[in-house]
Amino acid sequence: MAYPTNFRYTREHEWIEANGKFATVGITEHAQESLGDIVFVELPRVGDKVEKGKVFGSVESVKAVSDLYAPATGTVTEVDEELTTAPEKINADAHAAWIMKIELSDPSELDSLLAADAYESYIKEETGH
Amino acid sequence: MNQKEKFSGTPRKVTAHLTQNEGLSFEKSAPGKKAYRLAPLDVPEVDAASLLGDAVRSQTAELPELSEIEIIRHFTRLSTWNYAIDLGMYPLGSCTMKYNPRVNEFVSRIEGIAEAHPYQPEQLSQGSLGIMRLLRQCLLEITGMDAITLQPAAGAHGEFTGILLVRAYHEAKGNPRRTVIIPDSAHGTNPATAAICGYEVVNFKSNAQGGIDVEALAQAVTEETAALMLTNPSTIGVFENEIHRIADILHAKGALLYMDGANMNALCGKVRPGDFGVDVMHLNLHKTFSTPHGGGGPGSGPVACKRILEPFLPVPVIEEDAEGQLRLNYDRPQSVGRVRAFYGNFGMFVRALAYILANGPDGLRQTTEDAVLNANYIRRKLEDLYELPYNTPSMHEVVFSDRRQTRNGVKTGDIAKRLIDYGFHPYTVSFPLIVPGALMIEPTESESREELDLFVDAMRQIAREAEENPQIILDAPHSTRVSRLDETTAARKPVLRWRRPEQA
Repeated sequence: MAYPTNFRYTREHEWIEANGKFATVGITEHAQESLGDIVFVELPRVGDKVEKGKVFGSVESVKAVSDLYAPATGTVTEVDEELTTAPEKINADAHAAWIMKIELSDPSELDSLLAADAYESYIKEETGH
Repeated sequence: MNQKEKFSGTPRKVTAHLTQNEGLSFEKSAPGKKAYRLAPLDVPEVDAASLLGDAVRSQTAELPELSEIEIIRHFTRLSTWNYAIDLGMYPLGSCTMKYNPRVNEFVSRIEGIAEAHPYQPEQLSQGSLGIMRLLRQCLLEITGMDAITLQPAAGAHGEFTGILLVRAYHEAKGNPRRTVIIPDSAHGTNPATAAICGYEVVNFKSNAQGGIDVEALAQAVTEETAALMLTNPSTIGVFENEIHRIADILHAKGALLYMDGANMNALCGKVRPGDFGVDVMHLNLHKTFSTPHGGGGPGSGPVACKRILEPFLPVPVIEEDAEGQLRLNYDRPQSVGRVRAFYGNFGMFVRALAYILANGPDGLRQTTEDAVLNANYIRRKLEDLYELPYNTPSMHEVVFSDRRQTRNGVKTGDIAKRLIDYGFHPYTVSFPLIVPGALMIEPTESESREELDLFVDAMRQIAREAEENPQIILDAPHSTRVSRLDETTAARKPVLRWRRPEQA
């Protein structure tokens, strides 16, 4: 699986794609693969403040419930409501299925996140695969 | 597939056994059948409907109507679908599914104990109170703690009670503090407990040995840390060797050490948490002390603590008065209050005490040694075929990963389902979370070498199947009444109730 090079990644397996002051957030292919079939996504609310490194929601699979960590600080401008009835969208294509869009407080925060190649070596190291 | 094609070897333990098809009780119902006969009315009849007024329902509830023998058969047939510790090994890691000795059941059925009522006056309940007092003494001796409550109904409830004590302690000193530190290997109930008690959870990463990095902990603990919640031995079955230093780091900042006692069966009779710096902990009587669980009975999660936390224990507490009578004392102004109706799950106290007294101190020590020996036996017999993610010595359970089997597309959940075909309950799948694709196996002290060998055989055959015929594992189980279930659809679109089919 190729990890898009225009995304940045967290060690908690979220991706973020920035476009100026705005950004889109989802979970990585590796995350969906490890979780297995996702059955529920707990979304933030539009207008919520999210803080870099803090929990903003959760995903539940048949195996486990996993917290979602915000890759950057900002305000939620949009969430994908479809995920409440069709969480399988994430399993089908994790890098296309976004969870929330945020307005970034400080776009330079993304510089500290992993680039695609660094994320790929990170998951290789973490799983030993 | 015929029986022969379903196995690459011959399972020595179990093959498909006769299971009976059985519908829902609603489907078997017919109007007018009943399994009771009321005595003739010997008091004046009243019109219930008129007394109920607006609350009376106009439609009869559609409850199933069956005769007595139909009900007996219904539930007996359903019971043939079950797996139980009385049928074979139940190696669920972390759950400690040990044998529930018959002597426990015998004692709990003695009339004076079985028929005791919580509203009996104290002077008529001296025996029951005495059982609770003796159990408390035994548990305090085993844990090395100063005070204890038996009220909590299970492990997570014990955690909740324990962290309430922590909070009450800090509040009494003027500041409840803000955070609870929890290692990433912890049971999921730990962060849930901290959060519901109003604390912010600080997730703490395990080191390469699966334990606590003491230097990193020293950095993480602050004046706002209320407690560290630690499971020892950890969920990968490893003893925290630095536990004394961990306790010192916390105490230096005024924080407390909570121990999740889920794995106490690896310590019982060997070391005492009270001696290695633990301030408060819970026990799982339904794990360590052999009372039934997993559908077989309520749990019980006593919480033991050091003297500093005693004033905050739930009410009532048992005390002996000047005449030697046992009394229930509710007058405890600093108590966190009641956490359970009456005095806790008394039937479990009786069983746990029976287990403790039947074994005695040396017997309990031996159960610990046997539990550790059994886990290490399985480890040695399987480590050439299944990956060991941590090489630290195992205590009461061993954690493998499915890394080698995933090369053939076989994951831990598939191996577990295949194990059912060999006549065993699955081990714990995908936990702890720090091991990707975990196979967590806890044989407990109950298993003989013969049963362990059957289990090892099954696991070795499954490893071979993963190489030679992975599909047979991916389609498993084959020998059960229903084969592989669609867990995802069950979770996404659950059918939670029966509806009468539309009449044509």
